Amino acid sequence: MLSALIRKEFSQILRNVNIIRMMLMAPLIQLIIIPLAADFEVKNINLAVLDRDHSTYSHKITNKMVASGYFKLVDMPHDEAAAQRAMDEGRADLALEIPAHFERDLVREDEATVKIRTDAVNGVKAGLGMNYGGQIISAVNNEIRQDFVQMPRFNPLPMIDINTRFWYNPDFNYRHYMAPGILALLLTMVGSMMCALNIVREREIGTMEQMNVTPVKSWQFLLAKLIPFWVIGLVSLTIGLLACFLIFGIVSAGSYLTIYLFAMVYLVAALGIGQLIASFTDTQQQATLFSFFFMMMFVLLSGLYTPIESMPPWAQWLAWANPVTHFVDVMRSVVLKGSTFMDLLPRFWSICGFAVLFNVIAVFSYRKRMG
Amino acid sequence: MISIQNISKSFNKDSVTALRNINIEVERGELFGLIGPDGAGKTTLFRILATLLLADEGRAEIGGRDVVRDYKAIRRTIGYMPGRFALYQDLSIWENLQFYASVFGTTVAENYERIKPIYSQIEPFKDRRAGQLSGGMKQKLALSCALVHKPDILLLDEPTTGVDPVSRKEFWDILQLLRGQGLTIIVSTPYMDEARLCDRIALLQKGQILEQNTPDGIVSGHSEPLFSVRGPNMFALLQAVRLWPGTYSCFAFGDSHHAYLRPGAKPADLKDFLHQKGFENVAVEAIQPDIEDIFMHLLPA
Repeated sequence: MLSALIRKEFSQILRNVNIIRMMLMAPLIQLIIIPLAADFEVKNINLAVLDRDHSTYSHKITNKMVASGYFKLVDMPHDEAAAQRAMDEGRADLALEIPAHFERDLVREDEATVKIRTDAVNGVKAGLGMNYGGQIISAVNNEIRQDFVQMPRFNPLPMIDINTRFWYNPDFNYRHYMAPGILALLLTMVGSMMCALNIVREREIGTMEQMNVTPVKSWQFLLAKLIPFWVIGLVSLTIGLLACFLIFGIVSAGSYLTIYLFAMVYLVAALGIGQLIASFTDTQQQATLFSFFFMMMFVLLSGLYTPIESMPPWAQWLAWANPVTHFVDVMRSVVLKGSTFMDLLPRFWSICGFAVLFNVIAVFSYRKRMG
Repeated sequence: MISIQNISKSFNKDSVTALRNINIEVERGELFGLIGPDGAGKTTLFRILATLLLADEGRAEIGGRDVVRDYKAIRRTIGYMPGRFALYQDLSIWENLQFYASVFGTTVAENYERIKPIYSQIEPFKDRRAGQLSGGMKQKLALSCALVHKPDILLLDEPTTGVDPVSRKEFWDILQLLRGQGLTIIVSTPYMDEARLCDRIALLQKGQILEQNTPDGIVSGHSEPLFSVRGPNMFALLQAVRLWPGTYSCFAFGDSHHAYLRPGAKPADLKDFLHQKGFENVAVEAIQPDIEDIFMHLLPA
């Protein structure tokens, strides 16, 4: 009986051109577009410099900023009002103001100030611009200090030299960081959304009613819905991993077997979510809205785009109650860090837990008879 | 074979009463018709019998089994055809049939004899997707699927709604044939002409049974004289007949109006009344009432 049900699901799915298209195209398009577009590294910050000093040092700061590659000099206003205007009109993201007598004060008084203002409408750009700008100015500052200290003293100024290395992603390549996470997202979509829509469709077009008078048990019906999407999920994952390699040259540092092992369990959890959505909705429209809401919550609280550590404690708590978080973390750990299955064992148990929880609730909430 | 006792059901926290105190007994091998307009409660009653819906009050038995307690056993012995076409539109005729056979743990070949009279009519198109079939063919396929596990009882919810007259006739011929093979059939329909084709019928309106008898029994049980009124300007005529104090009820019926008169009212007086109102050449004739007339007559005015 189960085999008949599964055969029916497969022949329906394979006839549905849209599902096939989704299955093949979704991973490719997502992988190509999102990692390229959603880049946290900000370049081309538009810079306006109000230089009231016109000294060697003030030129040095300006030149260093532009030479860093992060900034693009768009304006050299002559007064504060013009600088403000450049920012108001959106031409400049960051305005650097070097006061008059900057060099003189620095030499004579050993102290001078510069003023940086940023357009905080785009928070990420403002924060990063401020950060980069500050780093460059302090680098210039150090150089100047070394110029001053001509003769090595008995005790040279103690300096801590910060030498950074990006472990697990040596080039700090944003794509390597995003792509595995997007694959995790993809499996969530196939599992929850596609499965939910498929089940609800049966209710909407009335075939569920016919199905319910047959001896088919609810677990059989649901299992037959689950298996094809489980297979589709794994096919999508394979296409996604291939695309990762072909497009970005990403080769997993860890074992692909680990990835698949986790994906197999994770898909069961995602399918459980899909079944739950289906059991609380009556039409495909409702199911779409419902799963859209869940996807938004899951994605934004998964640490895919924003680090979980920077969320407030209650949100962190929510994030760890979100199955997507665990799988995104697993995908990144395996692909970038080369974590082994044993390293990730706690994650494995959590994902297993989600899988059991969602599916048990789903089976209990699917009723053949109405009240 | 089927026993329905005091079944009541309401929806939306008792604000909508779908069925009120329904009692029906259907004998083995009978073709029983539930006749009533949309919203009469026919589908609700079918869902209760098909073990899909729980009644608020009362009980129902199918073949001696309780629809609540023994729902699993009942699902194997009934063939249910919902009012809406409920087969997979993206599967072919053959795939649908095969699927429903295997879901009941049987094969098409095993029960071919039972479905043959119907299935043979659509077999030439067996590779066509169910979604591309005409209304009549869809109903034949649905009936084949409902029969493929050899049920003893057929529950058919408005099987001929939205089907062309020729296919409707063919469908009823098939039902007569199945009854001849010993199946017990409950069928619902909003078409009064189909009531004649049933062994017994129940007239259903707003969740209540108005009358339950053989079609002839229902007709002969109502001896109130009925008159057909025909003339020019039919719509104004209908208003005028209804205005006459001696008219009990009058309703449009195809190309004439059918009117029940109050006791003692004479058709000749009606004719005079209509003449005064300016209607010329009005024909008023006594006619034999049909089930539809009786149904209309029974409706609360």
